[in-house]
Amino acid sequence: MNKSVYINSIGSVSVQKTFDNSEFLNEITIYNDTVASVLNPDYKAYIPPAQARRMAKGIKMSTVSSQTALREAGLENVDAIIVGTGLGCIGDSVKFVRDIIDNDEQFLTPTRFIQSSHNTVSGQIALGIGCKGYNFTYVHAAVSFESSLIDAKMQLENDEAKNILVGGVDEMVKYHVDTHRLIGHIKSEPADSTKLLTSNTKGSVMGEGSHFFVLSNEKQESTYAELVGVETYNSISQENIPNKIESFLEEHHSAVDDLDLVILGNNGDVDFDGYYEGLSTGLFKDRPQAYYKHLSSEFDTASGFAFWLSAKILKMQTIPEVVKLNEIEVSNPLKILIYNQYRGENHSLMLLRKC
Amino acid sequence: MSKGVAITGMGIISAIGNNVQENYDSLISGKAGISKISHIETIHADEIMVGEIKIPNTEFEEQLGLSKNSYSRSPILGIIAAKEALAQAGISDINDFKTGLISSTTVGGMDKSEQYFHEYFESNNNWQHINGLHAGDSTKKIADAIGLKESFMTTISTACSSAANAIMLGARMIKSGKLERVVVGGTDALSKFTINGFKTLMILSDTYNTPFDENRKGLNLGEAGAFLVLESESIIEREKREVLAYVKGFGNANDAFHQTASSDNGDGAVLAMEKALKVAGLKPDEIDYINAHGTATPNNDLSEGRALQRVFGKGKVPEFSSTKAYTGHTLAVAGGVEAIYSVLALQNNCIYPNLNFKTPMKEFDLLPQKEVKEKELNHVLSNSFGFGGNCSTLIISKEA
Amino acid sequence: MSELKLELKEKIIEQLNLEDIAIEEIADTDPLFGEGLGLDSIDALELIVMLDKDYGIKLADPKQGRTIFESIDSMAAYIEENRSR
Repeated sequence: MNKSVYINSIGSVSVQKTFDNSEFLNEITIYNDTVASVLNPDYKAYIPPAQARRMAKGIKMSTVSSQTALREAGLENVDAIIVGTGLGCIGDSVKFVRDIIDNDEQFLTPTRFIQSSHNTVSGQIALGIGCKGYNFTYVHAAVSFESSLIDAKMQLENDEAKNILVGGVDEMVKYHVDTHRLIGHIKSEPADSTKLLTSNTKGSVMGEGSHFFVLSNEKQESTYAELVGVETYNSISQENIPNKIESFLEEHHSAVDDLDLVILGNNGDVDFDGYYEGLSTGLFKDRPQAYYKHLSSEFDTASGFAFWLSAKILKMQTIPEVVKLNEIEVSNPLKILIYNQYRGENHSLMLLRKC
Repeated sequence: MSKGVAITGMGIISAIGNNVQENYDSLISGKAGISKISHIETIHADEIMVGEIKIPNTEFEEQLGLSKNSYSRSPILGIIAAKEALAQAGISDINDFKTGLISSTTVGGMDKSEQYFHEYFESNNNWQHINGLHAGDSTKKIADAIGLKESFMTTISTACSSAANAIMLGARMIKSGKLERVVVGGTDALSKFTINGFKTLMILSDTYNTPFDENRKGLNLGEAGAFLVLESESIIEREKREVLAYVKGFGNANDAFHQTASSDNGDGAVLAMEKALKVAGLKPDEIDYINAHGTATPNNDLSEGRALQRVFGKGKVPEFSSTKAYTGHTLAVAGGVEAIYSVLALQNNCIYPNLNFKTPMKEFDLLPQKEVKEKELNHVLSNSFGFGGNCSTLIISKEA
Repeated sequence: MSELKLELKEKIIEQLNLEDIAIEEIADTDPLFGEGLGLDSIDALELIVMLDKDYGIKLADPKQGRTIFESIDSMAAYIEENRSR
């Protein structure tokens, strides 16, 4: 008999003020740009200067969000640490490549290379709390975070671990933005985040963020919700998405009509939002719908923000007006489905319920 | 969690061979693949030795029917290995069972990113490589080449234990019934990025690497693609498949000691080996051969040697060798390369020599296997350790 | 010599991002590693590059750094003796 999996705590650093768990999107930062940077918490309150001196931005963000999650769960250590990141500490990777080229392979220093290793964040967290347990890092674009969830859920269901720190993090750097704008992945003109879905332009608004959660097979007072199911697909044709969703729900003894909220990953890219619009007006037309990328911006682990949002909604029993995508009201949300894809690839489904 | 995980196919391309058979022939004839570097222009060319695959991309492109300079080298090596693995398993339709793909890489398309780093802003000639900087992009290209659709696919990057971890995740997903079949492994090409990175850590040898030798000077970087097909027992029964070996045990632990170095006593390595033995339900004295991580850096070999003594007992460490002197350190792929070598060892009841070993280390009396040795093997243990304190152990066995 | 020592302190603070440490806080005889300034093996590698880049001194074996980087005094003495720029 598989054990149930609970989200016992959350931690977030994002382009909204989410680092304080006592608030829930009380103040919204509006962007009118092609990129959005995280709202930095006071890192010094979390990281001693001697440790911070070599830390890349992604590590700093993750130190704060992972500490927030650990504290809320009342834990000093965990059985495993699993992190998803599309690009790791890309800032240091880019700097190291630039140093190699511009200095003709001379006078290079190790720090940037070390930070470039994709598993730097998970390794640093382990080092920080002295966690000798299982330590994995998934680097698969838009399903990096979901891969981590799948791994953690499997271990908790099988009772191989009791508490697992799971997270998703990506940092944004100029070089990456500039190159991806060249190939049309990032918008070339600013988009007003309050009108993101009607921008009618190609590409997305690129951003960054770090979201960590303690998942456990034991419920406790701090518990936000239960993680019922998570699944990823490398490809799905647009026509076949409703079928995939229905069979996913069926596998978890649910149906579309049971969903109190569907959270969709629309990012205002005129070429790819069709995947969501088809569902909004089709399979989910009678369900309450929400979106979040006007708040979180787009990055490989942006679905971590959706996971954070869902956990928060289920615990607080309130859906912030700013995320609502249609007029259908729900008074006490019990079950939420999150659907995400990026540029027509790497589709993911996550099902959460109140507990 | 008691289901067996069968290995039904293997594919590999490395500095000592373009397929499984060529790799095995090199291993038993003591033929190393370490040479001067020829495909990458670097000012360090005279000071380093590498485990380079001598076939240029252009030849691979022709072989795979790819247009010129469309893919970076990592996905190319991965495609070659994954196709060989599926062919050996006799799989013609990858989507006929619930199948996943778990790849691993450290550099992904870095070889191209560094080549066109500034050029991207001057011309659009090579923009096809921009997205290749994502590690997951190499996996997507492998999935396209093998025709995987609407399936579980992910990429692991935990430095030099990556492919071992890909195999571990695949085995766990089959055991838990999440997948019926999974293609697991990794791919990493040589790049200026890793050459210079390891150079800054001052752990590159200027000559042939000598694992577990007192006078070891560091590692030689290598490149490889290596994939295995893992299948559930129910597929084996239904399809009457030939099983090459089983993934019997696995364990991952963190050293939590230092960003790059291993702890003096190999705490993480000990934990990883102990976990793997526990999962396999084996006692240390049931392991017949250890394919060590053995990178030939001063730090790794000392730490790993001590860990082996702690797990197996002083004077009780079974025959062990590192095959890095043949292939160089293939980074993310090392655990995949060495899992395949472990299967070949079991199939042929044969232990490979630890090339270039001359002088025992002064810290302990561990002597690696120096000559090819025939021995009845039932259980082989393979170690892979990486930056970030990441330590992984696999146990490959003849029986489930 | 004292000029070189001051220069070294400035460079160490900058190169190793020791933002919260002032030049005056580093005494010439303070141990740089472990208990003293708290530098580690990665910092040692950074300092080896600094010796090469700024003073033309190449170390082949990182272990050599242990004695050279004991303190500002030992570093300055080694540089005076071996510098080529």
